[in-house]
Order: sequence, then C-alpha cells, then structure tokens
Amino acid sequence: MSANLTPRAKFATALLRTAAALSRATGRGDGSVIGGRVGLIVEPRLLELLADGRHVVLISGTNGKTTTTRFTTAALEAIGKVATNSFGANMPTGHTTALAKAPKAEYAALECDEHYLGQLLDAASPKVVALLNLSRDQLDRAMEVTALAAKWRQTLQASAGQSTIVANADDPLIVWAASVCQRVVWVSAGQSWTADSAICPNCGSHLDRFGEFWRCTNCGLNRPSPQWSVAHQGEAVVGPDGRRYELNLQLPGRVNRANAATALAIASLFGVDPAQAAPKLSEVASVAGRYARVERDGRQLRLLLAKNPAGWLESFDMIEQGPPVVLSLNAREVDGFDTSWIYDVDFTSLAGRKVVVTGDRRTDLAVRLEVDGVDFVVVDDIRAAIAAVPPGRVEVVANYTAFQDVRAEFNRVN
Amino acid sequence: MALSTLRIVWLYPDLLSTYGDRGNLLVLAHRARARGIDVEPMQVRSDQRVPATADMYLIGGGEDGPQAVAAERLLDDGAVIRAAEAGKPILAICAGYQLLGESFYANGRAYAGLNILDLRSDRGPSRAVGEIAGESAPQLGIGPITGFENHGGRTHLGQAVQPLARVTAGVGNDGATEGAWAGHVVGTYMHGPALARNPKLADLLLSWAVGVDPASLPPVDDTWPERLRRERFEALSAAQ
Repeated sequence: MSANLTPRAKFATALLRTAAALSRATGRGDGSVIGGRVGLIVEPRLLELLADGRHVVLISGTNGKTTTTRFTTAALEAIGKVATNSFGANMPTGHTTALAKAPKAEYAALECDEHYLGQLLDAASPKVVALLNLSRDQLDRAMEVTALAAKWRQTLQASAGQSTIVANADDPLIVWAASVCQRVVWVSAGQSWTADSAICPNCGSHLDRFGEFWRCTNCGLNRPSPQWSVAHQGEAVVGPDGRRYELNLQLPGRVNRANAATALAIASLFGVDPAQAAPKLSEVASVAGRYARVERDGRQLRLLLAKNPAGWLESFDMIEQGPPVVLSLNAREVDGFDTSWIYDVDFTSLAGRKVVVTGDRRTDLAVRLEVDGVDFVVVDDIRAAIAAVPPGRVEVVANYTAFQDVRAEFNRVN
Repeated sequence: MALSTLRIVWLYPDLLSTYGDRGNLLVLAHRARARGIDVEPMQVRSDQRVPATADMYLIGGGEDGPQAVAAERLLDDGAVIRAAEAGKPILAICAGYQLLGESFYANGRAYAGLNILDLRSDRGPSRAVGEIAGESAPQLGIGPITGFENHGGRTHLGQAVQPLARVTAGVGNDGATEGAWAGHVVGTYMHGPALARNPKLADLLLSWAVGVDPASLPPVDDTWPERLRRERFEALSAAQ
C-alpha cells in the first residue's frame, strides 16, 4: 500500500487528489477522471503501484457492474476497508483515483469497463475477476459482442493465471471466455437477453436451450453446473454446499438477486462468511441514483437506469404493475448516437398503463411505442413528465445521460 | 386487396439481427394491419428451410462470420433466389444487402453472394458510422431517405441495378450513392429498423407484396414518423 510508494508515485498521488478536489470544488463532477489522468501523467505506473499489496477484485460485464461492485464492497467491509470506484468511473483513470483516495484500504472492489479488462488484469493483478454477462451495448462505437468475448478469452488466457474467476454459467459468451481459466467459480446469474448468443461462440452451431440449460450439439460447449445460484423460491442465494443465505434486498428484481449471488461468491473467496455478508447487502438502498426514490408534488418516483436492450427488459421486469411509467431516451456520445436498439426491446408489456415519453430522442420512442400498440404522451422534460401523471407512485426508466438529467433535477440524488 | 394474409419471412434472425432488425418486420406488420391486411410474421432460423411461398422476405445486418454462414446457407437453400425471380419483394439491410450481390468481403476474403442484385462489395478505407440521408430515386416515390449506417464495406453497382438514393449525408455505397434496387428487390446500408424512419419505403414494399399501386393504399396517421424524419434531417443540416 501507500507506505511502499516511490517518492514519484507519492507526488503523483498528491497531485491526483488536488486535481480531483479542484474539479469537485468547481462543480465539474466528482473529479475521478481528471484526478486519475493527472496522476498517470506524472507516474504512468501509478495504478500498478497503488494496487500493489492489496487484495483486488475486478467486476466487469455489460450490465450490473455498478450494483455488483457496490454489493461486493458492502460484503467485504465485513472484514476490512475497501477502496472502490463508486462513482462509476470505470476506466484506469477512475481506478487510479479510487485507490489513491483510500491509501489504507487493504481490499479493492473495482468496476471495470469491458474494454479495459486486459489493462486492469495486468496493472492490478486481481485475486478475483467477476464476469457478469455480455450483450449488445452502444453499437455505434463499441465492439460487436462476440468479438469482445473473443478478446476477453484471449486476455484471460494471457493474464489471469493467478486469478480466480467468478463467472455467469447462464451466459454462453461468458462461459466461452472464462473456460480457458484454471480456477472458475460458476454462478447461475441468469440471462435476460439471449439474442446475442443463439449461436455457439466456439463453433458457430446452434445452441440448444431448455430453461436455463444450454449446450452446443456440435462442439459440446455447455452450461457448467453452478456452485452459486438464486433460490427458485423466496429471496435467497444458494451456496456451493446447498446452504441458503436469505436476502432482504432493497433493490428490486431477479437481476439484483443474481448480482447479490455474484457478490457473495466473490466475498467467500476473500474469506468472508456469506451468512455474515448477506445482511450487509440489504443496507444498499440505491447505487449512484439507481433505484433511488425521490418525491415531488405528491409523486413518488423510483429511478431506474437502463442502457441497452437487456437493461430495458430487466427494468420492465422490476417495475410495479399499475403506476405510470416515464421513459426517457437520449443519444449523446456516451449513450451511443444510434437508437436502433430500441427495436430490440419489446414494449408490449407496457400496454394498458399510462406511459409518458421524454428525453432528447423522445420522438424515436414515440414511433417505437406506436408500432407496438402502446399509448403514450410526449413531454419536453422530467418536470413536464411529473405534471403529466397523477399523484402517487411513478416508475422512471432512462438511459445513461437521460438518467443523469433526471438525477440533476433531484440534486444529483445518490 | 385480394390477399387475406400477408406472409412476411424474416430470414435468419439467429445470424443477422444486430441493430434492431426486427423493427422492419414490426413496422411492416403495423402498417399492413392499419390497412386491414392481416400479417403472418415468420421467423426462419438458419437451420430451417426457407418457405418458397411467402409474400415478402427480409434480411438483416450482422457481423462478418454470421454473414458468410448466412450467404452459404441461402445459396444452398435457393428459395430466396427463386423468390426474387418470381418478383417477390425483398428488403435487405447492410450485411444482408451485401450478400445479395455477386460477391462480398468478410473475414478478410471474398465470398460468393446470391447474385440477385448486380453489385459487388469490398472493404472501404474506414468504417462508415453515423447518420445517413439521401435523395431517393424519383420513380420510387418514397421521398428523401434517412437512417443510421455502421459498416466497413463499400459497394459497387453494376448496370442492372439503380441506386436507391444519391447521398446527401454519410457514406452509403461509396459516398455518392446509397443502396440499390432492381425489380422488387431493395438493398440498403441504412441499418436496423430502416423502415421506421422511411414509412413510404415500407408502403412501397407492402404495395408490391399485395400487387396494388402504392397510391391506392389507404393513408396511415404518420404524425410521429414524419416528426422523426423532420428531426433527423434538421439535426443533419444543423451539423453541416
């Protein structure tokens, strides 16, 4: 940890903290990215130096990274201090800042952008790497998803020799990527979006599916038996020895129970008793504004972030039956400029309820809903959306920058 | 309109469905039903026979590997080639468009296409990603086109096809023309749900399938699609 840092690395760390603090003070954001950038210019090996001697877990995948990282942090805090990039800054600049800010933390839970997994494996020598899922996301600028899985497979083979992998047995792309590793703990974390893995990533033949089971009839790639899973009945995680760990999560949906299963699997590799860790997960009420509940003019809004088809389908599974739904869509740079993916989302489950549409690309949503036979009203912004629904509960589903716009309206609620 | 049910085949969604390609099937079904025409959507996987008797065929976009596999299976199957010869409407998007030509590039080499459209595709100097717009061929009567493109290929048109449009923004085939058509076959680099932003192209395909003049289709309320088109054209002119 920081006691072992070279003078140059200490200087870089001090500059990083100053830059981050300045950025926060001037209202430019939380300073994670600029701080890390400054630190890495002064000492290019800063991330590696700061990670040295700590027990690190990397968490990556298309969806659920931020929440699983938060759950994991909560679980690991049972045994010590944890450094984490809780602001969602999930590239090396953000990781560097997270470690610099917590010099005394013995553990680090780092959410990692899918495209930086290789770099982080080399820099942070993680004890555990958790791979959640892969599906289509930001298609105009990201790699196509099978190519990303192939890159992971290569990277893991080259750089993950010392790590234990916690991987989702239900996602064929994840299984294919992780199966090159020696030590893998399989979690049945579900797959809400199967369209990107109709074909075997290994040989191109059709995968046979039966419930959560899948296998390739040609090359034999199949679903490994999971050691960890979400209980079929009630809210619980079932561990490797068949023992049940009851959950009492504040976060909704099956997908968050699956994130909890992954977090408990990670924690147990760090020596945390899952029975001790599970209650910690129920203390998580929201994650950087996700799932947060806010109130305005007698309307109780719950904020759901959904960035891609899998995320929108998961959020439709979480929302309560009955209350009005506000959908907000942007297509700014970090969202991806292409809105085609909204046609991969089935909106028909929203038919019959009040639907309000907003965001920069609300007209795209309007056309999409009309095609699915869902009635809607279009409004200019979140304020108008609140005015358009009666007092009571409201579910808000928004993609990345649209979500940040909604958060900004509520004083950047966490 | 004599047809009781319009059978629309969506080919190989297991291989070619990268960018919301389902949208074209949904838009066609929505616009047909608005005219009282029943639609039977048929999703045909790449390990199934292609029905010979459908009224329209849709082929979507995808990555190199699946594109090459799809071309090989469609050549073996033969039903799409016969459907084109019989004058059935076909809409092909991006990778699907390329594989209707004489040849295309994938995985670093040339593959034989179905040779339904007189064109061939190769690799361009850079990936074309972004909004695309163009003035369409006047005889199609579909107005200016608007879409989103994301492809590394360039397409060279032969004598027996017409460009779908002259490019006003984006790249399309080669920076000058976009897409191609011949008879009742249309190919385009406007990827994914191209018909959502081009409702008159959807109606043209429907009119070909039903065998009527497009002008005789009862009008549909296009307030939202027209507003979307206006927004996309305005966004392009603001950027230029």
